[in-house]
Amino acid sequence: MSELLFNRFGEGCWHQTQKPCPDLVDCLREGPKCQQNEEKKAEYAKLMAVYRRDTIAKPVIYLGMGTCGLGAGAGKTLAAIKAYLNEKAIDADVVEVGCIGMCSAEPLMDVQLPGRTRVGFTHVTEDKVAALLDGALKGEFDREALLGQLKPQHDGIKAWDDLPFMEDHDFFKPQTRWVLVNCGLIDPGSIEEYISRGGYTALAKVLKSMTQQEVCAEVETSGLRGRGGAGFPAGTKWKFALRESSNQKYFICNADEGDPGAFMDRAVIEGDPHRMLEGMIIGAYAIGADKAYVYIRAEYPLAIKRLAAAIEQAKAYGLLGENILDSGFNLKVIIKQGAGAFVCGEETALIHSVEGKRGMPRPRPPFPAVSGAFEKPTIINNVETLANIASIINNGASWFNAIGTERSKGTKVFALSGKVNRTGLVEVAMGTTVRQIIEEIGGGIGNGKAFKAVQMGGPSGGCIPQQHMDIEIDYDSLKKVGAIMGSGGMVVMDEDNCMVDVAKFFMDFIQRESCGKCIPCREGTKRMLEILKAITRARRTEGGFQALERFKGIMYLQKLAEVIQDCSLCALGQTAPNPVLSTLRWFHDEYEAHIFDRKCPAGVCTELLIYDIDAEKCTGCTACATQCPAEAIMGKPKTPHYIVQDKCIGCGSCLTTCRFDAITAS
Amino acid sequence: MFEIEVNGKMIEAKPGEMLLSTLRRNGINVPTLCHMEGLAPTGACRLCVVEVEGRPGLIPSCSFPVIEGLKVKTHSPRAMRARRTIVELLLANHPDECLYCSRNNNCELQSLAAELGVDQRLYSGSKNDYKIDASSPSIVRDPAKCILCGKCVRVCEEVQGVSAIDFTFRGSSSIVGTAFGQGLNVSSCVNCGQCILVCPTGALSERNSIKDVLAALEDPSKTVVVQHAPAVSVTLGELLGLKPGKDVMGIMTAAFRKLGFDKAFDTCFTADLTIMEEGSELVQRIKTGGTLPMFTSCSPGWIKFIEQFYPEYLPNVSSCKSPQQMMGAVIKSYWAEKTGVDPRDIYSVSIMPCTAKKFEAGRPEMGRGGVPDIDAVLTTRELAQMIRMRGVDIHALEPEDADTPFGERSSAGKLFGATGGVMEAAIRSAYYLITGEELEHLKVTAVRGLKGVKEAKVKIGDLEVGVAVVSGLMNARELIEQIKAGRNDLHFIEVMCCPGGCISGGGQPVGVSVDAVQARMRALYQIDRDEDLRVSHKNKWVQRLYEEFLGEPLGHKSHELLHTKYNKRDVIF
Repeated sequence: MSELLFNRFGEGCWHQTQKPCPDLVDCLREGPKCQQNEEKKAEYAKLMAVYRRDTIAKPVIYLGMGTCGLGAGAGKTLAAIKAYLNEKAIDADVVEVGCIGMCSAEPLMDVQLPGRTRVGFTHVTEDKVAALLDGALKGEFDREALLGQLKPQHDGIKAWDDLPFMEDHDFFKPQTRWVLVNCGLIDPGSIEEYISRGGYTALAKVLKSMTQQEVCAEVETSGLRGRGGAGFPAGTKWKFALRESSNQKYFICNADEGDPGAFMDRAVIEGDPHRMLEGMIIGAYAIGADKAYVYIRAEYPLAIKRLAAAIEQAKAYGLLGENILDSGFNLKVIIKQGAGAFVCGEETALIHSVEGKRGMPRPRPPFPAVSGAFEKPTIINNVETLANIASIINNGASWFNAIGTERSKGTKVFALSGKVNRTGLVEVAMGTTVRQIIEEIGGGIGNGKAFKAVQMGGPSGGCIPQQHMDIEIDYDSLKKVGAIMGSGGMVVMDEDNCMVDVAKFFMDFIQRESCGKCIPCREGTKRMLEILKAITRARRTEGGFQALERFKGIMYLQKLAEVIQDCSLCALGQTAPNPVLSTLRWFHDEYEAHIFDRKCPAGVCTELLIYDIDAEKCTGCTACATQCPAEAIMGKPKTPHYIVQDKCIGCGSCLTTCRFDAITAS
Repeated sequence: MFEIEVNGKMIEAKPGEMLLSTLRRNGINVPTLCHMEGLAPTGACRLCVVEVEGRPGLIPSCSFPVIEGLKVKTHSPRAMRARRTIVELLLANHPDECLYCSRNNNCELQSLAAELGVDQRLYSGSKNDYKIDASSPSIVRDPAKCILCGKCVRVCEEVQGVSAIDFTFRGSSSIVGTAFGQGLNVSSCVNCGQCILVCPTGALSERNSIKDVLAALEDPSKTVVVQHAPAVSVTLGELLGLKPGKDVMGIMTAAFRKLGFDKAFDTCFTADLTIMEEGSELVQRIKTGGTLPMFTSCSPGWIKFIEQFYPEYLPNVSSCKSPQQMMGAVIKSYWAEKTGVDPRDIYSVSIMPCTAKKFEAGRPEMGRGGVPDIDAVLTTRELAQMIRMRGVDIHALEPEDADTPFGERSSAGKLFGATGGVMEAAIRSAYYLITGEELEHLKVTAVRGLKGVKEAKVKIGDLEVGVAVVSGLMNARELIEQIKAGRNDLHFIEVMCCPGGCISGGGQPVGVSVDAVQARMRALYQIDRDEDLRVSHKNKWVQRLYEEFLGEPLGHKSHELLHTKYNKRDVIF
C-alpha cells in the first residue's frame, strides 16, 4: 500500500489509526480541518484531483483486468503494453481497473492524455497494442476499435472534437449506473481513488450524526429491497435485528453468487470493493454488530484478493477495527470462503457454512435476524444491496426512491448473457423493459436469428417469452409471468434453443446442487430430470416399456413440480421446478413435439433427429464413417455413403464432422 | 391457552408450542419420519405438512409455532397429495426387499406407505446403489435403505456428542456416511446403537449373533451358559406382546432352559460384585488421595468415548470391568474350576440391552490365554427373535429361578439397569463400607428419574461425598468440560452412555416412546421396593465368592480377573 494520506496532514493533526479523528474522511478530501492552512487545503484538493484523474501529468493507460478481461487475454495485453512503453521509453501510468460491463468487448483499454478525456477501445488483444498506442498516444484514434470518450467532468479536461461519447453508446445510454458507477473507471486496489470520488463520506456521516434507528429508517424509506433474489426490504430486516438485544450480533455479506450465468457480485467486488465494504460497515453499525463475515465462493480468487486488500486498507485508515472514526463503534471483517455450493446462497445454509458445518438449510422461524450465526442475531445482505447503501445515505431516501416502479425502487444490475450481440454487466432503473435491455443495450440477437425467450433468475427463475418482452422489470411483475428477479442473471435464447433442453439443463443443475436434506427436493428433482431425459431420449433405442414410462412420466411431471414447490424446505427446493413449469407454460407446443411427434423443433435434442446423407454432396471422404460410434455409416471410399437408420443412435457426430454439408438432420 | 381452527373445529393450543404438538395432543395424527421429541425440528421429511389459510405453500407442522387465529387443514387433498408423493418418491429410491429386511413389519416407511395407500411403483428411474458396512462388531449400516431422515446423525451428534456419522455428498447422491467413507469400526462410533433405535427403516441394525449361539447350543461338546443384564427382564415382554414395564424375570429364565442353555445366570450378581470392587476402589481413592472424581466403568460405549475423546481422564475411570465381563471372568475361572469344565468348552452368552457390549466382549483384554470371557452377546431384540424362532410360547411357561452360584442378587444390582442405579447401589454399600452401619433410608431420590444430569451431596459419616449421575454422552461431555474448567466438588460420577441408562440401550426395542422407558424404570424400582435383599454387600453368594476364591475386594485375584486397564484410542473422526 502506498503512503497513508493522513500522515501528510502535519503538526496540528492528532489522528492515528489507534486514536482516530471523526473528521478524517472530510480532512482527506479537503485538507486538515483543524488547521487554517490554505496551502494544505489546496494541496489536498490537488491530490484528490490526481486520484480522480482529473489532472494527470503523463498519459494514463487503463486496462480492464476483471475476470472477464483476463479471460479474454487482458493479462497478455498488459504485458504487451508494458513492453511497448519500455521499448519506446514512454513515461505513462498503467492502471488496472475492473470491468466496465461490456464483457463481450474485452479486453477493454482506455487511454487518457494530459488535459484530455479518456478514450476507450474494445477487443484490445496483445497483437493490437502497439498499433493502437502508436496512434492514441499521439491523439490519433483507430476508429474500428474505438468505443468512445468519457464526458469531461471538469473544466480542466477537454473533450476530443470528433469522438463519440461513451455515455451515448447504445450499451450505456439506457443504463442508470449507481452501483457500477466506479466499476471499470477506478483502480479497485486504491482506497484513495474511492475516497476521492466521495467514498466513505456516507460512513463518516452515519457515525457522526445518525443513530442506528435513523440509519435503519433511512434505508427502509428508500424502498431498497434485497438484491439477492427474495426482495425483502433491507431496512425492515435491519430493524428486526436492531430490536434484538444480544451480547453479540453478526453481519454477513452474501457474495456466494451461485447462479449459472450470474457475475454481478464478482464484478462489483473486483471493480469497486470499497463500495460494498462501506455499505457493510454502515449496516453492521445500524444493527449493532461488531463482527462481520463476507461469505464468498473460493472460485472468485481475484475478488477475494481485491476484497482482502480493501479490508487491509480500510483498517490502515481506521475505517475498520476498533473505535472507527472515534465513534466507539468496532467492526472486524472476516472473509469466509465457500466451497461453491449453490445452496449456500440460502441464508440458513450459508450460516451453517460460516459456522463450519455442512451447508444445509433449516426451517425458519427462527429467522436469522433473531437467531442466526452461532445462534445470535444476524443480518445477511447481498453484495449489490450493500453497494447501494452509501449512495442512499449520502443522497437521501427520496433520491433513491424517485427512480423505479411503485414497489421496486432504484436500479438493478443484470448479467446479460446468451444469444445477444453485446453480453456483459448492465445496470438499469427498475421499470426498464426486457425489450430495452435485450434490443438496445444488448444490441439484439445475433446472426439474424429470432428471439425466443430470456431466462431470468437462474435455475430458480423462469423464462419470459417474446409476447411479454415489454414487461417492465420489477420484483412483482416478473412473478406474474412465472419468472423472478433472482440475483440478476439474464440468459437470452434464440430460435436455435430448445426449451425442453433448457429446462433439462437447469433441472440437472438443481438436482446436483440440492443439499439432500428434504425429500421432495432431493428425490423429486432427480425424477423430474429423469422424465425430461426420457422425453429427449433417442426414439430408436426406446422399447415399448420405455415409451410407456415416457408417457407416464409426463403425467407426473406437473404433479411432481407442484409438490416440490409446495412443500420443499428452502427456497432452492421451492423454486427448483420453476424452469420446468415456466417452459411448460409458454412452450407447451415444444414439449408436445418432443413427446408425441418425437421431434425437437430447434434441432437441439440430437437423439431425436433423423440423419441422412445427400448423395449429391457426399464426396465419399469417409470422415463421417470413421467418426460414427455406432458403425452406422456405410459406403466405399470416394463414393456416396449412406446411413443405416436402425444402427444410428442419433449422436449427431456425422453432422459436425462433414465438411461438405452433405449430412441432413430432420 | 388459546384456540385455533383445525379441520373446521376449534382446538386448544399452548402459546410457543409447535403446531405438531397441538395436533397430537388433540388426537390429530399427521405422519413424520424425522421428528424427534425434545430436539429442535429439522423439517427434513416434509410429511407433516398441512394447509394453513393465508399461506402460499404447505406448512411443516413440526416447525411452525402456533399463533392465534390459525386455520389449518391437516388432511386436505393438497396435503394428502404431497404426503403420498413424498412416500412414492422415497420408495422409488428404496430397495424392494421388505421380505428380507430386519425391520419387515416393524418399519415406519412400510407402514406409512400402507397408510397412505401407495400401491404401485410410479417412478422407475435409477436407484442408488450402496454397499453394506458390516465392519463394526456392533452395528450394521445398509445405506441403500437409508431415507436420510437424519435422526441417526442427530442422535449421534446432539444426544451422544460423538458425530461419527454425518451427511456426505450432494443432491440425490447425498448419503449418511462416516468420515472419508471408512468403515464404522475405525470411526469414532462408540457402538451405543442409539442410531438403531431411531432409524425408521432397516438402514441400521445390530450385528446379529443368533446363528453363532444356535450353533453352540447344537454343539454337544459345549457347555452353554447364559447371563442377562438387569434391564432385559423389564423390557423383553414388550417384544413378546406384553405391555411395557412387565418384569418377565422368571419366565425368561424358564425360556433360557427351553432354548437349551445349560445354565442361566443373572448379571445382577456381578453388579453386586462390581459394587464391592468399585465401592472399595472409591473408598480407597478418597482415603489415600487417589485420582478423583472417579468415573464408573460399566458402560462400554462410555469407555470408548473417553478413550478417544478424553484420554487424559482415563486415570479417573474405575479399573473395574463391567458386570458382563466380571461374570464372564468368574464363569470361566471360579465356576469352571468348581464344576470341572474346561474353560475352553464353555460357551458364554450374555443377553444385553446394548450393542456396545458386543464390542466390549471382543476387546483383546477381556479374556485370558486366548479364551474370551464372553463368547457371544445377544441384544434384547435378538433374544426375542430367538424365542419366537424356537417356538417357545412364553404364556405357557412357569417362572423359574436362576442357577447357582451366580443367580442370587440384591435389588441394588438390579437397579444398574437405569440411570442412577449404579450410584444408588454404590451409596448403599459405600455407607456400610465406611461407617460399618447400614444406611437408614435406602432409597436415594436425588439420583432417580430420567433426567440426563443429576447431582447430590451425600453425607457418609463425617464425609460429604459429591456425586453426579449423567446419561447420554453429550451430558458426560459437558460435565467433563466443567471439570476441565476447574470444577472440583465431585468425588464419584456415574456415566451411562445411553440417555436414561440401559433401559433405553441400543439393544432394546426400536421406536418406543418415553412412556415405555419410564415404565421399565418403574418396574426396576418396584422390584427394589418388594425385595428383602437390597444391598450388594449382603449378597451371600458374593460373600462366599470372596471367601472361597477371590479373598477380598481389590485383592490379587480380583485384580487379575475383575479389573482392567483402558488406553488412549486413535480413531478416524
